[in-house]
Amino acid sequence: MTTRSTHSSTAPIKRPRTIQIDSNGRLRHFIAIEGLPKTILTEMLDIAESFVSVTAQDVKKVPLLRGRTICNLFFEPSTRTRTTFELAAKRLSADVLNINISASSSSKGETLLDMLRNLEAMHTDMFVVRHSSSGAAQFIASKVEPHISVINAGDGSHEHPTQAMLDMFTIRQHKPDFSALRVAIVGDLRHSRVARSQIHALNTLGVGELRVVAPRTLIPAGMERLGVQIYQNLEEGIRDVDVIIMLRLQRERMHGAFIPSEQEYFQLYGLTEARIALARPDVMVMHPGPINRGVEMDSAVADGKHSVILQQVSNGIAIRMAAMSMAMRSRADAKAEA
Amino acid sequence: MSPIHIQGGRLIDPANGIDAVTDLYLAEGVVAGVGKAPKGFKAETVIDATNKIVCPGLIDLAVHLREPGQEHKGTIASETAAAVANGITSVVCPPDTDPIVDTEAVVELILHQAKQSARAMVLPLGALTLGLAGEQLSEMYALKGAGVIGLSNAKRPLTNSLVLRRALEYAATHDMTVFIHANDPTLSGHGCVHEGPLATRLGLPGIPEAAETVAVARDLELIEQTGVRAHFCRLSTSRALNMIARARHDGLAVTCDVAVHHLYLTEVDIRDFDSACHLIPPLRSERDRDGLRDGLNRGTLDAICSDHQPHEPDAKQAPFAETAPGLSGLDTLLPLVVRLANEGVLSLSEALAKVTVSPADILGLKSGRLNTGAPADVCILDPQASWFVSAESMYSRGLNTPFKGWEMPARATQTLVGGRLVFDTRKE
Repeated sequence: MTTRSTHSSTAPIKRPRTIQIDSNGRLRHFIAIEGLPKTILTEMLDIAESFVSVTAQDVKKVPLLRGRTICNLFFEPSTRTRTTFELAAKRLSADVLNINISASSSSKGETLLDMLRNLEAMHTDMFVVRHSSSGAAQFIASKVEPHISVINAGDGSHEHPTQAMLDMFTIRQHKPDFSALRVAIVGDLRHSRVARSQIHALNTLGVGELRVVAPRTLIPAGMERLGVQIYQNLEEGIRDVDVIIMLRLQRERMHGAFIPSEQEYFQLYGLTEARIALARPDVMVMHPGPINRGVEMDSAVADGKHSVILQQVSNGIAIRMAAMSMAMRSRADAKAEA
Repeated sequence: MSPIHIQGGRLIDPANGIDAVTDLYLAEGVVAGVGKAPKGFKAETVIDATNKIVCPGLIDLAVHLREPGQEHKGTIASETAAAVANGITSVVCPPDTDPIVDTEAVVELILHQAKQSARAMVLPLGALTLGLAGEQLSEMYALKGAGVIGLSNAKRPLTNSLVLRRALEYAATHDMTVFIHANDPTLSGHGCVHEGPLATRLGLPGIPEAAETVAVARDLELIEQTGVRAHFCRLSTSRALNMIARARHDGLAVTCDVAVHHLYLTEVDIRDFDSACHLIPPLRSERDRDGLRDGLNRGTLDAICSDHQPHEPDAKQAPFAETAPGLSGLDTLLPLVVRLANEGVLSLSEALAKVTVSPADILGLKSGRLNTGAPADVCILDPQASWFVSAESMYSRGLNTPFKGWEMPARATQTLVGGRLVFDTRKE
């Protein structure tokens, strides 16, 4: 008799076997942090470390992906993320194709699968996918030809794994022992794909304590089952923490039914120098950007001595180079075995 | 209709409390005798039902036939053929076709098409409001005259409570049953899964249980005030069921049903964005599933249906939230009902009652039972015929099922509608 596994309502929800890993245990696609073992995350951080020196050289290129074609498939506009992926690919010597779909194929009624088939026929090796629907990158990964890798550049409110990994990379540069860390993630957890990826990454890397801080309207149901402690009070939430990760509040949601106003949000959840004093003296302040100054944090904090926000941006390229080279290496291994 | 003798089967007729190995005699489209042949009965056909179960044909309260308007997904011919291949002899089809069932002409079109091609009885529901838009009442009296079995606004919620109240009053005027999908659209929003830990993990917009319970609370008040005969469709939460039980305890005569998949699957089955599990109402928590099973056991849930919604493959090939909701359910209704009995949730007779006499009573039909004079709608099933759900083993045109790969414990072998043998596995 075939049976389906079910979980009791209090047990953590386990992720099923991931399509991200190949038969050799290597990263095949990079869709989500959840489901990946610590070894892969650590390896990605180590490889990124080696790429940091590349970006500091006069000639900022390595020939790892020479002759490969990487397609940035963006169903949702994003200049910043697309640019860092493009730069990362070019520094690996790959050819890059940028396709902005909202403006082209989808409006002509082509289906997603038809478009993929067409791009595959152009001998693409990798898709970097940004999409407004959760699960889009997973769907594309499940449909592409076996020699193609997919990297998720943000899907709906699901995950944004490279962003989370560059955050982990930045944390590790300052505080290498994750088990000794107390981290607080503050803000719009309901809609944030970055936060979900950060939570999985921090838990997998063995963070000492992980807190999320927000009003109840911005914390989705059952969030504690992702392995976090929930705080509604910012002062309590950031007391004695080593890292504060602020999330971006999307202005279009500000006057909806989630929070009454930017002013009240800043009053209750805005990061100020006075509040930072509650955290550890060497606390790191992070933000995935772009910052709403005076809403999520004071300018003095954003530009202050605790802020590592610009460092996060620089690290983004090294992490994306690492993710791309790891996924492509899995492809090369598969070809060699065949 | 030639006389048929079904011999040696285990006859289960929940309506009449029969569960015994005995013979059944059919003639002139009705049951002519049970256990004993009527005087002068001469069978033209004898069906050997040894080691099989003989029960009333199943009545499915929710089958989207897709015709008119979406024939690429299914047709009256294709889906009623799938129904009878699975022991289902009557299907209720919702009014959200294209065009919508809000005029006599569309009712006549469906009934005409059913007469031409259908193997099962097709029982259309008429639209409660014009165009299902929730603004203006449909011509209920005319729809009744054309042959609808009841009224419904399908899954399009009525946000205007005054329009709902008037619609219920007008339906009561014409002694028509209203089939209600309880959903507060402002609470369900753009949700596509149950609001809970899985929705949070996958970053999918959730539908809270309150979207159902808030609507049930409002609708119960209006049902009581208008005195309409009402039936709640596809309840998915344990709390809503408790509200119905309380209302009944207070004397309100409402009925309700559940889709059979809600008795087996939970939000966890969505796993990594499995679009086969994109359903409305969504798969809920384990607590809800257990509560629904409990509601069956306690008798709060009157009926079980398939909520059959066949789709073409492309409709499920997209990121989860962008896929069409619904599953193809005709092929799994009967075996999953038998499995409920195998799992001890109900006795086999009680389980079969939920798909035979109980929906018949809700619809005011004479079928769903096998006493002398009842319509000769019969399902003969092999309770040992275990089979695996696959594209090859399904009869529906829609292959969108989350039960793919499941082993099923029973299968229909013969089906008779109005005394006519419309499906016989020996001839397949």
